[in-house]
Amino acid sequence: MTKQAERIFVKGNEAIARGALAAKCKCFFGYPITPQNDIPEFMSSAIIKAGGDFVQAESEIAAANMLLGAGAAGVRAMTSSSSPGVSLKQEAISYMAGSEIPAVVVNMNRGGPGLGDIGPAQGDYYQSTRGGGHGDYRHFTLGPATVQEAYDLTIRAFDIAFRHRTPVLILGDAILGQMKEPIVPWEPENIDDEPGRDWCLDGKTPDREKRLLKSLFLQEGELAGQNKHLQAKYDAWEELTECEQFETEDAELVICAYGSIARIAKSAVRKFRSQGKKVGLFRPITLYPFPSKELKALAEQGKRFLTIEQNLGQMLDDVRLAIRTVADSDFYAIYPGNLPTPDELEEPILNSLEGK
Amino acid sequence: MSEMNEKLVFDRPKSVIDRATHYCPGCHHGVAHRLVGELLDEMDLAEKVILTTSIGCSVFLYNYLNVDAVEAPHGRAPAVATGIKRARPEHFVFTYQGDGDLASIGMAEIIHAANRGEKISVIFVNNTVYGMTGGQMAPTTLIGQTTTTTPAGRCMTHEGAPIRMTEIIASLGGVAYAARGSLDNVKNIRKAKKYIKKAFEFQLSGTGFGFVELLSACPTNWKMTPLAANERIQKEMIPYFPLGVFKDVSEEGGIC
Repeated sequence: MTKQAERIFVKGNEAIARGALAAKCKCFFGYPITPQNDIPEFMSSAIIKAGGDFVQAESEIAAANMLLGAGAAGVRAMTSSSSPGVSLKQEAISYMAGSEIPAVVVNMNRGGPGLGDIGPAQGDYYQSTRGGGHGDYRHFTLGPATVQEAYDLTIRAFDIAFRHRTPVLILGDAILGQMKEPIVPWEPENIDDEPGRDWCLDGKTPDREKRLLKSLFLQEGELAGQNKHLQAKYDAWEELTECEQFETEDAELVICAYGSIARIAKSAVRKFRSQGKKVGLFRPITLYPFPSKELKALAEQGKRFLTIEQNLGQMLDDVRLAIRTVADSDFYAIYPGNLPTPDELEEPILNSLEGK
Repeated sequence: MSEMNEKLVFDRPKSVIDRATHYCPGCHHGVAHRLVGELLDEMDLAEKVILTTSIGCSVFLYNYLNVDAVEAPHGRAPAVATGIKRARPEHFVFTYQGDGDLASIGMAEIIHAANRGEKISVIFVNNTVYGMTGGQMAPTTLIGQTTTTTPAGRCMTHEGAPIRMTEIIASLGGVAYAARGSLDNVKNIRKAKKYIKKAFEFQLSGTGFGFVELLSACPTNWKMTPLAANERIQKEMIPYFPLGVFKDVSEEGGIC
């Protein structure tokens, strides 16, 4: 990896688009929906200049299926949307998971259910981490918390997608997408596309068998075999979890939060630390696979937990599953359209710290 | 001894795999598959092809053609093919879709792929029913036709009129070629092959979107013998779905 010295000041949405271009993304398929419009708008010219192609699709359904086609052809491609649009993409995501077609999907989470609002929210955590479409599958989900991380994780998303032949979801939110921060762009030196391209559709030549990417398995035992194969793949991902731990070492209370909410929680942790109170932050970066082992290790040290999310308690399930044999977690809900200041988190944190 | 002297006069096209068919007796998918296979051979396309199959009986086209293929979700084949062609413009990309897939659930995808002038080819098999699911009403089901979901016959005021896809496609800007053929007799089959060839040529020259509708029989779901089914195409389908070239940007005229 080479770091370019130059810093740029960009929105999270633009950082994702730039990260995709740095990762040699060749096709982008978009559809307008707030708050992610900067991504297709930026890509409509930038990816063409980079020698790729851009299509404004007729729907999020079509955009995701174009993504399926480009991925099947073994070409790095991406689509982006926000919550209601991502629901529509679930059909193609399920097919891509079943057919093991690599692709990168971005969800700049907005409020829901239904049309919701256009502000930040984390209501799509279940959809993002449980396989949001039909059938029994999972896909990688990455949860950036800063604009720089949005850039970095987009590059990583392409490597994961092609290395593991899976759709990868980048789960941001309206704040991350719309917020400007300085970032240092960088270009990956090697495109990590293991396990090679011996599966992709590039025309059957006489020296090889034809290739078929499908998710239909009608013969007896065939689908069970495919599902077992997928399960083994997902199990192997448990080694690839990533998280940030901030001031957790001597913490009595560990706050579990991801994305934008984790940033606010981090500010609150700093304030508590300045008052000598032992509070830390556990921030999953891979939301699926969830960093359960890392969290359980903290629980085994006798720490207590408070999960804070901008939803009614979704990641809370993963936190509890991780620590279930040794501890439990309190929960504090933030509702859509109401982004708290660090000071507003003081009371729930204090309550948990004091065991109230 | 006599076997040694037998001369093979008719064989599979090279691009078609030697295997037992899963199609019902009298089904026209096999004929349509063969036409495609013959053209892949004759136009030397097999190594350039990336096939997009759809949902319905024809999903198994990938079992019969010896080419790279991907399975698209129901109705989405034109979007999947768009993605493939944009990713690999040097390859030859076509979809093969039935009437339920293309004219109902996939209406948005086919219209917009055609209107964008995607450099792909679409083979549209119209047999006026959902075949694989057991003969339910399709957008192309004729007025009065009984199906499992129109037991009293399709009614204009309740289900609307059957959709003429080729005429709609021909009206769109990005379309280079739109034609409707039929697979009910040898003459029509030969003509249909010419239509498909023309659509393929328009992709190879980078001119635009090519669309060929093929009127086909589904004797099982029509509850007819193969012969009676063929007659139905002549008597009932062709009068409503007229045959011919509806758009050809290489020449003035055509039917429209």
